Amino acid sequence: MKSRTLKRHFAEAFKSLGRNGWMSFASVSAVTVTLLLVGVFLVVLLNLNHLASQIEGDVEIRAYIDRTTKQTEYNDLQQKMEQIPNVNEVKFQSKEDGLQELIKSLGDEGKAFSSLKNENPLPDAFIIKTKKPQDTSTVASEIEKYDHIKKVDYGQGTVERLFKVTGVARNVGLVLIVGLIFTAMFLISNTIKLTIVSRRKEIEIMKLVGATNGFIRWPFFIEGFVLGLMGAIIPILVVVFGYQFLHGQVNNQLDTVFVKLLPVYPMVLQLSVMLAVIGGLIGVWGSMTSVRKFLKV
Amino acid sequence: MTLIEMKDVWKTYPNGVMALNGIDIYIDKGEFVYVVGPSGAGKSTFVKCMYREEKPTKGSILIQGTDLAKLRERHIPKMRRKIGVIFQDFKLLPKLTVYENVAFALEVIEESPKVIRQRVMEVLDLVGLKNKARSFPDELSGGEQQRVSIARSIVNRPPVIIADEPTGNLDPETAWEIMDIFKEINERGTTVVMATHNKDIVNSFKKRVIAIEGGRIVRDEQKGEYGYEI
Repeated sequence: MKSRTLKRHFAEAFKSLGRNGWMSFASVSAVTVTLLLVGVFLVVLLNLNHLASQIEGDVEIRAYIDRTTKQTEYNDLQQKMEQIPNVNEVKFQSKEDGLQELIKSLGDEGKAFSSLKNENPLPDAFIIKTKKPQDTSTVASEIEKYDHIKKVDYGQGTVERLFKVTGVARNVGLVLIVGLIFTAMFLISNTIKLTIVSRRKEIEIMKLVGATNGFIRWPFFIEGFVLGLMGAIIPILVVVFGYQFLHGQVNNQLDTVFVKLLPVYPMVLQLSVMLAVIGGLIGVWGSMTSVRKFLKV
Repeated sequence: MTLIEMKDVWKTYPNGVMALNGIDIYIDKGEFVYVVGPSGAGKSTFVKCMYREEKPTKGSILIQGTDLAKLRERHIPKMRRKIGVIFQDFKLLPKLTVYENVAFALEVIEESPKVIRQRVMEVLDLVGLKNKARSFPDELSGGEQQRVSIARSIVNRPPVIIADEPTGNLDPETAWEIMDIFKEINERGTTVVMATHNKDIVNSFKKRVIAIEGGRIVRDEQKGEYGYEI
């Protein structure tokens, strides 16, 4: 294609954006509204996912060892555990360390236990982290079968419920996002279709004077892309500034429960790019599918 | 030299209407041909097949040796550039000026701006609308609009012009003005195929007449008559 032609296509695209002012406005608004929903939803979902991962990441298995176990068998045990496929890491925690941690986690009340230092009632333990938190219970039941293991503890019951909740939340979120994007695609392509239907005569004449389909498509391609991008502007601004504000307000309060929101950067940048891309693609898709119908003259 | 050749062309529409039932015809370079016949006889389909708006169900249509019936979809644009088409309802773009409407046909074939300017002014001069170049179609009379569409159809110098009832919407006097332009174009060597209902024109400006009835050619005469009572 000659560069002069490309220039013409751009000029045509912008001319028709201006000439069909209200239709352009309608298309841009449709993109704006849906992308706003998509953006806000993504922020919420990504954060929920992040929070869930943090909580899930805290899940670990504690395998307490019989007091009668000899020191040499410890190594065998550790190796055996490390060889379970889903296990990520096995750490040994001596009873002294265990007590230390207990005292620390209980704060002031813990000081009462300090006197136990000489007569430590705690057993030695292995702390096992699985590769995927969801494997916790299967790994735990595996370890439970081993010799010398007195007790396996991973918050039985609570953990299963936690995973069920986070699993459902993730799936629901995914379905909602996909649904939203589909709605956006149809809403936007329908609005764009209206602008193009009003120009079917133009397309018909272009075809009759011997314009190739590619030649006819170009301006519409550019126009769709521009409409989509313009529609993404407000959602991007809302996501960037809105999240910055929200993050500042909420994150400090969350500190008390040991979880954090996703950091503002790079998430808002990634989301902005994503919204712009979705907007552009949907715009192009909408205008291309609409033009295609009228090209068959 | 044969410009258009139709061999055993049949066209049945998806709804079962049999518009063309075996058409054979030769049209030579430089000819002026009227296509006449009652409404619904297949005139329009005949004409539409020539510029490949309709694809024949059977048979072949050769224009300068290219078979339209076998033409690939993506080769149609190239073929259309060899054919100027004129309609009863002008089909001008309302938001473009006269000049832009005519230039449009050259823009789509990516002519250089210089050539475009020169050729557009040339054809506007030929149809006598040089002074209306900046007007919009709705500021013009019907006859003037049709002249713009003629200018557009000839601006890329096609060997053949196909006109589907070009005077159908015009009063008799204006119709004659349009005919004068067609005469002029034909005299410059362009083949003209014109479907028409205008008895006066056919009978006074005598040229080859092809009469179509029931999807068949029933008459094909040099210097023929319209032959139907309206």
